[in-house]
Amino acid sequence: MRLLDAIRELGFRSLGVVAHLGQLLLFLLSILRASLLPLRPRRWLEEIWGQGVLSLVIICVSGLAVGMVLGLQGYNTLVRFGAEGSLGAVVGLSLIRELGPVLAALLVTGRAGSATAAEIASMVASEQIDGLRMMSIDPVNMVVAPKALALTAVMPALSTLFILFGIAGAWLVGVGLMGLDGGVFFSSLNNAVRFEDDVLGSLLKGLIFGALIGLMATFRGYHARPNAAGVSAATTSTVVVTSVAILIVDYFVTALWGFEI
Amino acid sequence: MAAPAPDHDRPHVEIDRVSMAFDDRPVVDRLTCSFPRGRVTVILGGSGSGKTTLLRLLAGLIRPTEGRILIDGTDVAGLPESALAPVRAKIGMLFQGGALLDSLTVGDNLALPLRERTRLSEARIDEIVTGRLDAVGLDHRVARLLPGQLSGGMLRRVALARAILLDPQILLCDEPFSGLDPISVKRIELLLSRLNRHHGMTIVIVSHHIASTVRLADRVLLLLPGRAVEGAPGELRENADREISGFFDEDLDESLEPREVATRIEPLDDSPRDAGSARG
Ligand SMILES: Nc1ncnc2c1ncn2[C@@H]1O[C@H](COP(=O)(O)OP(=O)(O)O)[C@@H](O)[C@H]1O
Ligand SMILES: [Mg+2]
Repeated sequence: MRLLDAIRELGFRSLGVVAHLGQLLLFLLSILRASLLPLRPRRWLEEIWGQGVLSLVIICVSGLAVGMVLGLQGYNTLVRFGAEGSLGAVVGLSLIRELGPVLAALLVTGRAGSATAAEIASMVASEQIDGLRMMSIDPVNMVVAPKALALTAVMPALSTLFILFGIAGAWLVGVGLMGLDGGVFFSSLNNAVRFEDDVLGSLLKGLIFGALIGLMATFRGYHARPNAAGVSAATTSTVVVTSVAILIVDYFVTALWGFEI
Repeated sequence: MAAPAPDHDRPHVEIDRVSMAFDDRPVVDRLTCSFPRGRVTVILGGSGSGKTTLLRLLAGLIRPTEGRILIDGTDVAGLPESALAPVRAKIGMLFQGGALLDSLTVGDNLALPLRERTRLSEARIDEIVTGRLDAVGLDHRVARLLPGQLSGGMLRRVALARAILLDPQILLCDEPFSGLDPISVKRIELLLSRLNRHHGMTIVIVSHHIASTVRLADRVLLLLPGRAVEGAPGELRENADREISGFFDEDLDESLEPREVATRIEPLDDSPRDAGSARG
């Protein structure tokens, strides 16, 4: 009967996951419905500014560091085949297609996503959300939607920033340190990158990851238990679940968008 | 107004066989009681007995698992969030922690419902905010501070000012006296009794503060494990049932079982003086 119990347990678990996904979808719909009435352009701008500023420094520093490592590894590998002239293409494509959007999304999850979840969860715990409801102000409209939309809006920009700093880092190492010709670096980059495929795909990834972070962080925060343990649980689970989800979704976006090799 | 005129003989708030459970754990069990119009009712009960839950049910913040909750004859238990606005317009709620938005100044916190729910001019809103601050005994300069910069007593008064901002008929207060110094307690008590006497507000207070309860309450609802008792404070205080009258005893020592009270406190160290001087 052990086996039966295990199967039953598995059934319950899968039902739980399905129910959770259903709740997430309903929450997404409520955000979309609540975001427009009334329209709060000032709150949105405040949040876009706040969320962007929050992650700006770590995005720039990390982008530079990743680009420098890529430059070093790439140069040392390519030089063995006498292909160091393609450094710009190799670094540029890997940053634009994959590393930029994914790493930026993971960093934003850790910085702005966790902060968003914690802020909303502590508003739940200190009854600020209920206070708004008592004044017949929709907290989804006033608090949740602007944060979720801001995260969606800033992600493509932050991902692009990460890519630019990454390319700068690779240039520093390849051209500045290893003595590669700057013109060669940029022309190989320029010839390899296709706007419709690579750049648009990269921006699309940023947008999708941003929406994912915004949805997960606000959902976890809004449904936190109303106490201190609930706040920390919401924060941790936002980071863990969103990071894993980003890596999984990345595969599907890459497969469906059909980046040309 | 299209709504039926309120029936003044009827209790303002009625609870009819209401049950509430969290994750299958019952917190309120088929409770029936009522809160008379224009009276102060105090809800007493041990911590975790479901007092806050009861207030949140009355405000429509959570839905009961069964039963009806009538505010002026309207059943809020079945209403969706979007239909609750007219009922909530009649209710002010003073949350235990104040529940002011941390990110806004006191002035913006008070102005928020006016900006959202009315079409008043900024000048008029400013005037109302100053007036309400004055009503709870606070200077208008407090409006520029953030909630985090206020003392406990001031915060509670600002929260009270927000709760009564839109002239509610019903005021729900969750532990308005807890964590306050005796002077602040007196002040809040006075404000509440004035709101009741001068404005005829129906007030429901959750409290542990026995002295204030006896002074303020017209009626007391006592939540005991498995049952609830209603009555005038004097009545309940003289009740033969020790479980009921025990709540009103200021001197607890006689009503407690001997084994519930620690009789001797073991010293931590044989020679605390030496330990102290050795460290110094
Ligand atoms: N949102 C919630 N989720 C789960 N359990 C809750 C929730 N709110 C209250 N409870 C539980 O209900 C019981 C009564 O809580 P509460 O009404 O806050 O008590 P009181 O205010 O009388 O101290 C407690 O055991 C508490 O843990
Ligand atoms: Mg409570």
